[in-house]
Amino acid sequence: MSDIKTICSIIAFAPLVGAILAGMGGRIIGRAGAHTVTIAGVGISCLLSIRLLMDLLATTATGEPVVYNETLYTWLESGGLTLQIGFLIDQLSATMMVVVTFVSLMVHVYTIGYMRDDPGYQRFFSYISLFTFAMLMLVMANNFVQLFFGWEGVGLVSYLLIGFWYTRDSAIFANMKAFLVNRVGDMGMVLGIAAVAYLFGSLDFATVFADPAAHSETTFQILNGEPWSAITVTCVLLFIGAMAKSAQFPLHVWLPDSMEGPTPISALIHAATMVTAGIFLLARTSPLFELSETALSFVMIIGAITALFMGFLGIVQNDIKRVIAYSTLSQLGYMTVALGASAYAAGIFHLTTHAFFKALLFLAAGSVIIAMHHEQDMRKMGGLRKYMPITYLTCLIGTLALVGFPGLAGFFSKDAIIEAVKYSELPGADFAYLAVLAGVFVTSLYSFRLLFLVFHGKERMDDHTREHLHETPLVVTGPLMALAVPSVVIGALAIEPMLFGNFFGDSIFVLPGHDVLQGLQSHWHGALQFALHGFTQIPFLLMLAGLAAAWVLYRQKPELPGLFTDKLAWLHRVLLNKYYLDDFNQTVFAGGLRGIGQFFWRIGDVALIDGLLVNGSARAVGAFAGVLRHIQTGYLYHYAFAMMIGLMVLMSMLWFVIQ
Amino acid sequence: MVTLADFLVLSAILFAISALGIFINRKNLIVLLMCVELMLLAVNTNFLAFSYFLGDLHGQIFVFFVLTVAAAESSIGLAIIVLLMRNRGSINVQDIHELNG
Amino acid sequence: MLTEKILFYVFAAILIFAASMVVTVRHSVRAALFLVLAFFTAAGLWLMLHAEFLAIVLVLVYVGAVMVLFLFVVMSVDLDQGRLREGFGRHMPVGLLVAGVVIAEMVSILSIDQLAIVAPESATVAVNNVEAVGQLLYRQYIYPVEIASVILLVGIIAAISMTLRGRRQSRYIAPAEQLAANKRDRLRVVDLREPASTDSSAESKGDDN
Repeated sequence: MSDIKTICSIIAFAPLVGAILAGMGGRIIGRAGAHTVTIAGVGISCLLSIRLLMDLLATTATGEPVVYNETLYTWLESGGLTLQIGFLIDQLSATMMVVVTFVSLMVHVYTIGYMRDDPGYQRFFSYISLFTFAMLMLVMANNFVQLFFGWEGVGLVSYLLIGFWYTRDSAIFANMKAFLVNRVGDMGMVLGIAAVAYLFGSLDFATVFADPAAHSETTFQILNGEPWSAITVTCVLLFIGAMAKSAQFPLHVWLPDSMEGPTPISALIHAATMVTAGIFLLARTSPLFELSETALSFVMIIGAITALFMGFLGIVQNDIKRVIAYSTLSQLGYMTVALGASAYAAGIFHLTTHAFFKALLFLAAGSVIIAMHHEQDMRKMGGLRKYMPITYLTCLIGTLALVGFPGLAGFFSKDAIIEAVKYSELPGADFAYLAVLAGVFVTSLYSFRLLFLVFHGKERMDDHTREHLHETPLVVTGPLMALAVPSVVIGALAIEPMLFGNFFGDSIFVLPGHDVLQGLQSHWHGALQFALHGFTQIPFLLMLAGLAAAWVLYRQKPELPGLFTDKLAWLHRVLLNKYYLDDFNQTVFAGGLRGIGQFFWRIGDVALIDGLLVNGSARAVGAFAGVLRHIQTGYLYHYAFAMMIGLMVLMSMLWFVIQ
Repeated sequence: MVTLADFLVLSAILFAISALGIFINRKNLIVLLMCVELMLLAVNTNFLAFSYFLGDLHGQIFVFFVLTVAAAESSIGLAIIVLLMRNRGSINVQDIHELNG
Repeated sequence: MLTEKILFYVFAAILIFAASMVVTVRHSVRAALFLVLAFFTAAGLWLMLHAEFLAIVLVLVYVGAVMVLFLFVVMSVDLDQGRLREGFGRHMPVGLLVAGVVIAEMVSILSIDQLAIVAPESATVAVNNVEAVGQLLYRQYIYPVEIASVILLVGIIAAISMTLRGRRQSRYIAPAEQLAANKRDRLRVVDLREPASTDSSAESKGDDN
């Protein structure tokens, strides 16, 4: 482990090198060169990350986990604050690194097929490699500032990639929206980091988390009101940052629109990795969150709202990618709920499994889209099963994993969350429990709806498309198959060490009173038992109910959904309009801010500052001088008179003083 | 005995006369310059009187510098008058008011 | 003591008379001459104040140089005395009022007891005044003296450069004249079709003129 510094540096910077080569030298090295260097960079990162995780797990098993925390470079020192570039490699970040680099590698390979005919081929590879670099900087950071650097880096690449097809108006609108919504969150994030710096005098994770309890009594005076608990304020601010990045209600609005980007991006950034940065942040800052039940409760309720209500929206969408996007939102809600219930390990566990099966689903959707000649409307698909068997199978695996079919990856992580929430005693836990339970049914409904509409039933595409329907090439199906494997097995393999073992070591901190996983552990008899037990539980029944509902609605009686739409027109309208949240934002925030901007421009800037203060003072001086200049006759003797009279007055004053 | 006050009153009268001169000879630039010279003379007399009666020689040094500067001033003033005469054909103060507002 | 007092009053009377004449006489030349008189009497008064050096400087520099310059300028410029004395009588009352107020105020300030100081018997008489002033000027005040000399130099250069009207050294163009020129000034169209003998002789005559 002596060369761990070198290894870390290679992991982080290999994708960057690839990105620079592909981006700057894309014309010279050509298409093949671009994907070769980037895939090589990410591949090296992936292999080294896996090795790092193995080493770490090996040492963890011996009971002496070797956590690497070292500074690479001191960026600047200002006052008591030192900003550094450094790496903190513990179980949490190593897990994230493996997930990020593996999914990224799969997406790189997949992209060769998906973007084959796109003129921006090299640019795309450069971007996704750059994204991998930024994401690695985020998860490997050993301080808040570097984390924020990665945070903004992934945000930037996300912006660039959503607007990858920059000639489309909708793409430009979507990337602007993503950027602006993330700015809202970033403000919270920056304030949160500032609060941390203010409170602890340091931004280094090790220093901050050394003894956060010392500040549990500290309060902030905000707006001269009641004293607020400093930890709560800090945590809520940090969570606001996480809300935007991880698309939690009400800052989720950018994620569905981000589907304007190419599908590999949706898989990599907007499902598997970037959106989980918020989850990672909360897990990383668990020592702070543990001290504030208010913040945890807030986190849990926000997560529950997202988990349930975003699922509803998935039911009414017809765009294949948007359905999966809403599913992502809902699953991110699950993770957030887990974090709120102090089941950080369960949240990260779900993050990991979700990264695999959601990337799988997205890539499968992309495969379908390629085959359909970039048609994304599910109403124009159907019966694709016999044309694309591999895609169908992998998509089925992904769907089963998503809905939590016992034995597959999603089942373990999701059930663990549901159980964990059941044991939580925080305010709002009851609501969260109901929400995640109901969410299971909803998830099942929209997932199978997608599956049935796309792969089963009548073939609704036009004849021209049908003639060209065939399975996608190996570069596309390869990653699908590669992702399908962990989607099946990762849950069973990882649940025991991750949730109940010493997997995370000291990287996650849970107060004994909050340790809901402890309750889970008391009923733990192994993964197989857990899976078998799962068949008798409420979530499984709900899942089956969702499956049945989807079956009836979209296979047996396809006329029924239309009937529902007519009968419950108002509900349908609300869902189609995404609870009118977009319209609300458009009119109230965007419109309001534009109005305020107009006001400040017209009244504040043009009228008050320019008109009154700047030009006004100039005009006032001019007018005053215009009056005053009549005194200035230019005649010498007038000035002499003035001097004389002034002298006289002065002497008179002196005279009076002496008298 | 001649006292300090006698000299001071004398220079006050001299100063007042030159002030009066500025008032009544308001058109003639040369006479204005002469009045200024008279004023300086009054001031210098004041300095010297104080110097003598208080037994401090530094007053005389002051007068020396005042004379120096006054000489320079009157030479430049006269040069300006010559220029004015050459360029405008008049040294009437009434005609010189380019600097009015 | 009495002689001194008489001397003072005589000098004072002449000084005030001369000053009054400077500000009131009609001709600038006369004014300059009365100013010379005023300087002479002031020099006498300064001698009474034991400022021998400055008294002589006053006569030499002021009467000898500055007043000559005044006279020179007054005589060389053509003055329209009538216009220059416009408003002479009109402003007299105001001027007198101001002068009266100034005198009254000064005198009333000066008539306090502290200023009734009698000359110290042998304060400055003992030392040669020129030597004493020289000691001060060239020791304690050497830098101000240097500055004063620079001021005088600047005065000389300024006066010369302002009034110097030498030959122009550089060629230049006058844009105003160029713009003002028109075709008629530069070009003369001569009719050469029928050179009649009488006309041509007249033209040649005109050219000679």
